[in-house]
Amino acid sequence: MIRKKKCIAMLLAGGQGSRLYALTTKIAKPAVSFGGKYRIIDFTLSNCVNSGIDTVGVLTQYQPLILNDYIGNGQPWDLDRSFGGVHILSPYQAKEGSKWYLGTANAIYQNLHFIRQFQPEYVLILSGDHIYSMDYDAMLQHTIKTGADCCIAAYEVDIKEASRFGILNVNGDDSIYEFEEKPAKPKSNLASMGIYIFKAEKMYKYLEEDNRDPASSKDFGKNVIPNMLNAGEKMVAYRFSGYWKDVGTIQSLWQANNDLLGDDPAYDLSRTNWKVHSRNPISPPHFVGKEGKVTNSIVIAGSKIEGVVEDSILGSDVVVEKGAVVKGSVIMNGAVIKHNASVTYSILDENVTIGEKATVGAMNDDGKISVVGRDSVVPENGTVAPGEVVDAYAMKEE
Amino acid sequence: MSALGIIFSNIHDDNVPELTAKRTMGSIPFGGRYRLIDFPLSSMVNSQISKVGVITKNNYQSLMDHVGSGKDWDLARKNGGLILLPPFFSKESGSLYQTRLEALKGIVGFLSHSYEEYVVLTDCDCVYAMDYNKVISYHAENDADVTMVYRSAVDNASKNAYIVTDETGRITEIVAEDKASANKERNYVVNVFVMKRTFLINLITDAISHGHHHFLQVMTDSMRSLRLFGYKFDGYIATMDSMLTYYNSNMQLLDEKVRNELFTENAVYTKVRDSAPTKYGNAAVVENSLIADGCVIEGEVRNSILFRGVKVGRGAVISNAILMQDTQVLENATVNCIIADKNVLIREKSVLSGSKEHPFYLAKNSRA
Repeated sequence: MIRKKKCIAMLLAGGQGSRLYALTTKIAKPAVSFGGKYRIIDFTLSNCVNSGIDTVGVLTQYQPLILNDYIGNGQPWDLDRSFGGVHILSPYQAKEGSKWYLGTANAIYQNLHFIRQFQPEYVLILSGDHIYSMDYDAMLQHTIKTGADCCIAAYEVDIKEASRFGILNVNGDDSIYEFEEKPAKPKSNLASMGIYIFKAEKMYKYLEEDNRDPASSKDFGKNVIPNMLNAGEKMVAYRFSGYWKDVGTIQSLWQANNDLLGDDPAYDLSRTNWKVHSRNPISPPHFVGKEGKVTNSIVIAGSKIEGVVEDSILGSDVVVEKGAVVKGSVIMNGAVIKHNASVTYSILDENVTIGEKATVGAMNDDGKISVVGRDSVVPENGTVAPGEVVDAYAMKEE
Repeated sequence: MSALGIIFSNIHDDNVPELTAKRTMGSIPFGGRYRLIDFPLSSMVNSQISKVGVITKNNYQSLMDHVGSGKDWDLARKNGGLILLPPFFSKESGSLYQTRLEALKGIVGFLSHSYEEYVVLTDCDCVYAMDYNKVISYHAENDADVTMVYRSAVDNASKNAYIVTDETGRITEIVAEDKASANKERNYVVNVFVMKRTFLINLITDAISHGHHHFLQVMTDSMRSLRLFGYKFDGYIATMDSMLTYYNSNMQLLDEKVRNELFTENAVYTKVRDSAPTKYGNAAVVENSLIADGCVIEGEVRNSILFRGVKVGRGAVISNAILMQDTQVLENATVNCIIADKNVLIREKSVLSGSKEHPFYLAKNSRA
């Protein structure tokens, strides 16, 4: 019996995310908490499942423990399948010696045997560090309709920002004639989202060629895509106009969390026809006490609020004690904010403790976000300045 | 010391007829995100019981939807796991079971094909976190034939039988109904029973041949020949024997001590719904309330329990209320002391009020 998949997804989740500082000392960026009950990778995995893609290889490399544990057998995303489902793909030792993933293209190249066992017609390449809801099936249909060898999802960005992205220069029919990685003088504002659909056979061919090229940096954006363009393969852009946010920096992570708030949020999580699935905490409903006050905020299961919470996002099992004030902040799972402490314009990572009367962050117009890393303790009466980063593991790592 | 769990999902349905009109006792929503069966089922999982048979009778679609394959309780297993035991019709039985003992007759085959040494039997009318291993150990230490768990309370409204024990814990009397006992502390049976599996099989087959129908009657009749023991449960326990006790038991969750005992010292598992996080609007005022995920709160909520997906509009004022899954309270409505079942719509500017002694009940899908 021959069993095949039309399209499988390969999710690049190996990035360290060094610009998230303390938040990624112990965990990979895709495993960072987001929006109270999610982790960043939930959005991409949910997009896969909601788009009918049931086979996902997750390529991990940096601090994969929590990520691997979180994904588990894929059951929360309905990806526990006997043929297909979610697979964690870590670098491995082979006869020629062990190799870390050298770049995005090399990571996929090292796992071609995994892809080939499903004999897919198309392969979808994703990165695990974006917040968005996107129908990959619509993109696949676009690829099939245009007969493209490679389809690249594209997003119109502010032209002033364009030099931070890989820019697609397209013809009138959105076929791509040029790809420029972070151009100094961008010719268009159509940015690559780092989401590619390849005809599988073409991808195999170009990845094998790329692997033989000693000068290559083994990267899709820098090597594989330009090589395909130069060889005259058919490349098209697929425009996406919904909410899309790269959460690669402290500011953008804070902003994307804030985009969930308000009457008409920039990104609405409550869409019932596109649920974001996640591994749910086993916690009771949250409790707001007699002196608790919560406005314009997100709160999830297990939290206990006796203090004031404004314009903030709280994860599971967070405790805000009496007299404590949390404003404009992102508080991740298990944080404890003690009596009369104040937390403002800050991101508190998981299992952080803020001592009594401590002051973390402050209102400021410069967008300075204070960060308290995983398991860190800010002592009684302690202070964390705006923009300061506290990391319990920083010393040990050095 | 291996044990098998048996949960009766339908017994006591008549105690809260409004809530069981379209569901079993076991699938009555409780505490913001749970169903009553979650408490005995989680207690079983936390007591390392990995094979649980759930006896159903009627209206059990909602129960099946809730428990599914059992995966949310880690009970989707190749060996054991969660097994639904719907009624077994045969020419001889002719009709649906009416009593606990008759229900057990229908699962003799299931019991015979199991291999566990002990059986823990429980109903779904009580909310507690119980370590059944302690009951089993107590049972074994006393070399008992049957151990019944009881709670000591002054409870004139209780519909359950009470027991009298001697100083060794051996049961000397089972009293099914005692109207004259007003304001006395009694040892009420909470319908958790432990016995050896082989003993239970013999008990059932014996009862069939002698035409007995009532479990407690059989126990009373054989009190001298059998070693029946009472095990006192000292933890928090709430029994749903009327709409009022259902209301009060929910409200007791606003007490931190109760929450800690039920949820912090133990995990209570339930069906995962992947709700979005709960969102508070700019005008939200929430005091002393338990709020599940997926809610949108724009109005005022006090002393209330909100289940998943409840929406509270601007200017709406909710107090002392239990609002079940997906209920909507539109703008400027005022509700006090109500129990709104699933998916109720309370229109703009509606005013609904019950009392703490008689909470006002709104049926599933109703409009008010």
